[in-house]
Amino acid sequence: MSASAHSTAHSHSPVPEQPEEESRRDFLILATGAVSAVGVAGAAWPFIRSWSPSADVLSQATTEVDISALGKGQMITVPWQGKPVFILHRTDEQIASAKKGDAEKLPDPAKDAERAQKPEYLVLLAICTHLGCVPQPIGTGNFGGFLCPCHGSHYDTSGRIRQGPAPKNLEVPFYAFKDDKTLVIGKSVG
Amino acid sequence: MSKSIMDWVDARLPVTALIKSQATEYPTPKNLNYWWVFGSLALFCLIVMLLTGLFLAMHYKADANQAFDVVEHIMRDVNYGWLLRYMHANGATFFFITVYVHILRGMYYGSYRAPREILWWFGIIIFFLLMATAFMGYVLPWGQMSYWGAAVITNLMSAIPVVGEELVIWIWGGFAVGDPTLNRFFALHFLLPFVIFGVVIIHLWALHAVHSNNPDGIDLDEHKDTIPFHPYITIKDLFAMGVFLLVYCAFVFFIPNFFLEPDNYIPANPMQTPAHIVPEWYFLPFYAILRSIDFLGSFSKLAGVIAMIAAIAILFILPFLDRSPVRSFRYRPLSRQLFWIFVIDCFLLGWVGYNPADATRFNGALPLIVVGRTCTAIYFGYFILLWIITAFDIEKPQPVPKSL
Ligand code: HEM
Ligand code: FES
Repeated sequence: MSASAHSTAHSHSPVPEQPEEESRRDFLILATGAVSAVGVAGAAWPFIRSWSPSADVLSQATTEVDISALGKGQMITVPWQGKPVFILHRTDEQIASAKKGDAEKLPDPAKDAERAQKPEYLVLLAICTHLGCVPQPIGTGNFGGFLCPCHGSHYDTSGRIRQGPAPKNLEVPFYAFKDDKTLVIGKSVG
Repeated sequence: MSKSIMDWVDARLPVTALIKSQATEYPTPKNLNYWWVFGSLALFCLIVMLLTGLFLAMHYKADANQAFDVVEHIMRDVNYGWLLRYMHANGATFFFITVYVHILRGMYYGSYRAPREILWWFGIIIFFLLMATAFMGYVLPWGQMSYWGAAVITNLMSAIPVVGEELVIWIWGGFAVGDPTLNRFFALHFLLPFVIFGVVIIHLWALHAVHSNNPDGIDLDEHKDTIPFHPYITIKDLFAMGVFLLVYCAFVFFIPNFFLEPDNYIPANPMQTPAHIVPEWYFLPFYAILRSIDFLGSFSKLAGVIAMIAAIAILFILPFLDRSPVRSFRYRPLSRQLFWIFVIDCFLLGWVGYNPADATRFNGALPLIVVGRTCTAIYFGYFILLWIITAFDIEKPQPVPKSL
């Protein structure tokens, strides 16, 4: 009997915790949790970053194009960073039509002069701002411009969105005229 | 001898007990009809896909310069490669057919209602994963439809405010869909079916915890109303599998390209979009919903994406939208009518999705975009009306049998 009384005294009924101890435990759990979370995030980062464009992809930053043979009204598609770029040598009507568009109510307002460094040349990233299809060449859309066949977006002769689901104008990539004959698309990085 | 071996095993891992309780003697409602075979058919499809996919992967190369040719190499040079590929490509189609019937079965007989909500949710998760898997698989042959399908769908992500553009570049691993995209899609396409397999096991676990619903949608008396799974259901499932295989093989052997797009036999060309991009048939209704939101100006794109995702995500809250005291639509005349309108609506949406965005009918009097918007409204209307007629007791259910 006395033995059992003895053992009860020792092993049973945890002593009510001191509030002080409890908050210390809470703090330790919280601190350990926080450090582990940072550790997990740190370990995940390399995996996540491995999906971002690699160095060789990033290095394809610029494309040079000879435009001397591009006659009035002609358009070429050149690849830049794996994406198609339209270079259009605009006719006078196309330029006039683009200027006329300046005065219209546009979904994504922009002046033609801001979009073409030289009025004769229109340089566009040929990727529909809706879901990324390549629009069809000049003259296919409702405003004398480009029609994206995928969901029916119409861009004008300045590459501005005029009708359809696309939210924004066709992007004008960074470009510069190296000389009268050569156009450089893109900016070298690094 | 075999008995003593089994005893030895059972003492360590109770296999026999598990097979008995979960398979052979597992109680099933005695009134299950043929709509209940589509679950096991879907599992069969998954196994076919895992097997054919594994063997295709032994010949396939996920390289943007080789992928298109290597699929043709599988078709022409590899022994029975044509069979593996046609089984796999058509298998995806038949997988979706079974899964769609399986989901609609659940919607008609109220299988999503308590106590089967978790079972239902895991089903929807499987459906999401299945769509992701099929989408990435379709990219692998690297034809024009592969490429532009991938471009359009990944671009959906760019609708997400602020981080969208960055996110898309991250998914591509470049500035357009390209070699890095193909590679990671292949890795994920290999992995996801095994994840699906895991979720299927959870789905079955949830099923066996609450047991099958039945055409009358009533709770059963375990002794009076049930029959053992084996041989009654096994034989029925096997018979259905025979019928299924008949149809599936007819496609694989006689019209293997019926569901494949001719444009996908043109190698991917990042510089030119085909005149008319169509996703695989099983995505068409959702594609139509995406395109039908085009009247919100610059907000259209994001709204379209949200609507498309919501079209599936809304299934998650279906158990709470339906407030009827009765599960099965057999005894719910109004719900039943709504259900069939919903089914027809899905087919109509599919048809709209198949046509070009600016297509019209009746000499331009009926732009399909209008049909698409109407059908989208009806699609979501189903869920809202189902809630209204059940939450406000508008529907008067017919008397339900007490037992079978
Ligand atoms: C949920 C199951 C699966 C679905 C829905 C699915 C779907 C698809 C689809 C739609 C294609 C394109 C077919 C074509 O047009 O040629 C495809 C291709 C492919 N899949 Fe799968 N798949 C599944 C499982 C697997 C698994 C488990 C593997 C590998 C272990 C695999 C490996 C491949 C390979 C290598 C290709 C490229 C060859 C080809 O295009 O036929 N798949 N898959
Ligand atoms: S991608 Fe151009 S309209 Fe949709």
